[in-house]
Amino acid sequence: MKLSRYLLSRIGFGLVVLFALSLFVFLLFYLAPGDPARAIAGDKANNELLEQVRQNLGLNRPIGEQYLSFIGNLLQGNLGFSFRNQLPVTGIILDRLPVTLSLVVGGVVLWLAIGVPIGIASARRPGTVRDRAGQTFALLGISFPTFVLGMMSLYLLYFLPTRAGFPIFPPSGYVPLTEDPLQWAWHLILPWTTLALVTAAIYARLTRGQMLEVLGEDYIRTARAKGLTERRVIYKHAFRSAMPPLVTQLGNDVGFLLGGAIVIEQVYGLPGIGNLAVTSVQAQDRPTIIGVVLVGGIFIVAVNLIVDLCYVLLDSRIRTAS
Amino acid sequence: MSPVRTPKQAAAVAAVVQRGSTSLTLRRLRRDPASMIAAVFILLLVLFALCAPLIAAWTGHGPNEQFRDTGLSPSGTPVAPGGQFLLGTDQLGRDVFVRLAYGAQVSLMVGVLASLAAATIGVVVGVVAGYLGGVVDTILSRVMDLVMSVPFLLCAIALVSVFGPSLPLSVAVIVFFSWTALGRVIRGQVLALREREFVEAARSLGASHVSIMIRDLLPNLAVPILIYSTLMIPSAIVFEATLSFLGLGVVPPTASWGGMLAEAGNNSVYLVAWWLVIFPGLTLLGATLSFNILGDGLRDALDPRSQMGRGR
Repeated sequence: MKLSRYLLSRIGFGLVVLFALSLFVFLLFYLAPGDPARAIAGDKANNELLEQVRQNLGLNRPIGEQYLSFIGNLLQGNLGFSFRNQLPVTGIILDRLPVTLSLVVGGVVLWLAIGVPIGIASARRPGTVRDRAGQTFALLGISFPTFVLGMMSLYLLYFLPTRAGFPIFPPSGYVPLTEDPLQWAWHLILPWTTLALVTAAIYARLTRGQMLEVLGEDYIRTARAKGLTERRVIYKHAFRSAMPPLVTQLGNDVGFLLGGAIVIEQVYGLPGIGNLAVTSVQAQDRPTIIGVVLVGGIFIVAVNLIVDLCYVLLDSRIRTAS
Repeated sequence: MSPVRTPKQAAAVAAVVQRGSTSLTLRRLRRDPASMIAAVFILLLVLFALCAPLIAAWTGHGPNEQFRDTGLSPSGTPVAPGGQFLLGTDQLGRDVFVRLAYGAQVSLMVGVLASLAAATIGVVVGVVAGYLGGVVDTILSRVMDLVMSVPFLLCAIALVSVFGPSLPLSVAVIVFFSWTALGRVIRGQVLALREREFVEAARSLGASHVSIMIRDLLPNLAVPILIYSTLMIPSAIVFEATLSFLGLGVVPPTASWGGMLAEAGNNSVYLVAWWLVIFPGLTLLGATLSFNILGDGLRDALDPRSQMGRGR
């Protein structure tokens, strides 16, 4: 009973977030200066054509009615049509999704593989050289602006070897996984690494802090006293309890990044959702911008709901409460 | 322990100086070499930013002045560092050193102003939510959750597409999406503080809610406020640089570190002119690194217990 209430309240909050976001973008563009009809019809359109466009888009109707039809379309997965090429925005975003998804999934695997072990190693022997090294890595990663690291690695790992006649990495761009898996991975190694290095730092710090706290608990002493191997104590007993905050952080990061790993996509010329957002601003393509913001919000809400479900599985207190 | 002291002991006792917590904190901070280096770097950076007009006058290069004859090679590529241009020129023949100084003004100003504003909002919301509790707390906490689960960079993009890029808009966006972290921390602290005796004492003396929040709670929150505000500055600096890098922040030709890096990235100019990335990139990294180190150092100095927790 309690469990379903917990999940229901999380779902309710997710809906509130999406509602607030839809209201924000709707009002933003409704109150915005500039005439969307002119943006579609072009500068040379006469008044008759403009009126026609307004009629088609329902721009003459009262604001409440416009918002309701906006929401109605949204619920059917219809995000309108791009001002740039008149294609449905939903389709445009879905076309870009594999790029962002590839980037994020690889990045997650890599940053967890880097950050969590560093955090655990630091926490096992706090104050040692190894811990200091781990902490320095974390500090650097947290301080490094993503685009600076990206541009530097492009220069060092792509440009310099290529100029020297030993091209290691391709300059930029994206090759679909279905087309050529090897080229897909090859093109994504630098973006993955950049994303992983700046993000792993946060996980190293978080893991270290959580583990230090957990390792001081009585039940860890009990586990050691029982004669369990250190490996088992660390991974089976301590890390499991240290996990919930990591899962929350992971949910946040993945949710945000799925809405467009904007900076990485810009630096490495990857045609993902973030790149779509930036180019849509340059083109003043409002329906696409609205679509990207809303889809970004949907990702955040959806991933956070998954995290809440994981919590139920991870934390026995929530489970037994049901 | 006998109350009788030898003259030597008495001298030792007399030599003990009473120190306030501020001077103790400063002493601890001074003993941390990393924090001191960071503080010196920040001071130099502030000096660099303040001296921007002087640097421009000294070199004779305005920040937006294009030196098409001396600042570009015959083939139209940027000139390398050295000689007339200390840190080289960019693709338009502008002096990178002078622009770096003017960019420092933007970065530091945005970093400090946005952090101060965000900290103020965070403290007010956190104190009110934590102290009043009940419905007010529920509403304010939900608002914080809401702000935290909004795709902030995408919202910034949407805002910029409507209002056009500008510095005030950047600051507003940074503030709006930065105050929640401090708000949560302060709320948590206040939840614990409000149960303490001194709050009860103030209440029984007839102090109003506002007076309790300002005169009794706020001074007890100085440590987290100071630490979190310091740590907010590097995030704000990176946030601004990111917005400018994406063409959503400071409008060219005004110099900003993010904007300089964006221009270096355009057409990959930086591949033939490394100084266009290295200097703004390292300055930006140095700034964020210094503020992060100083923030960590402040935390250790202000709260010595945390050092044990951190295993030092």
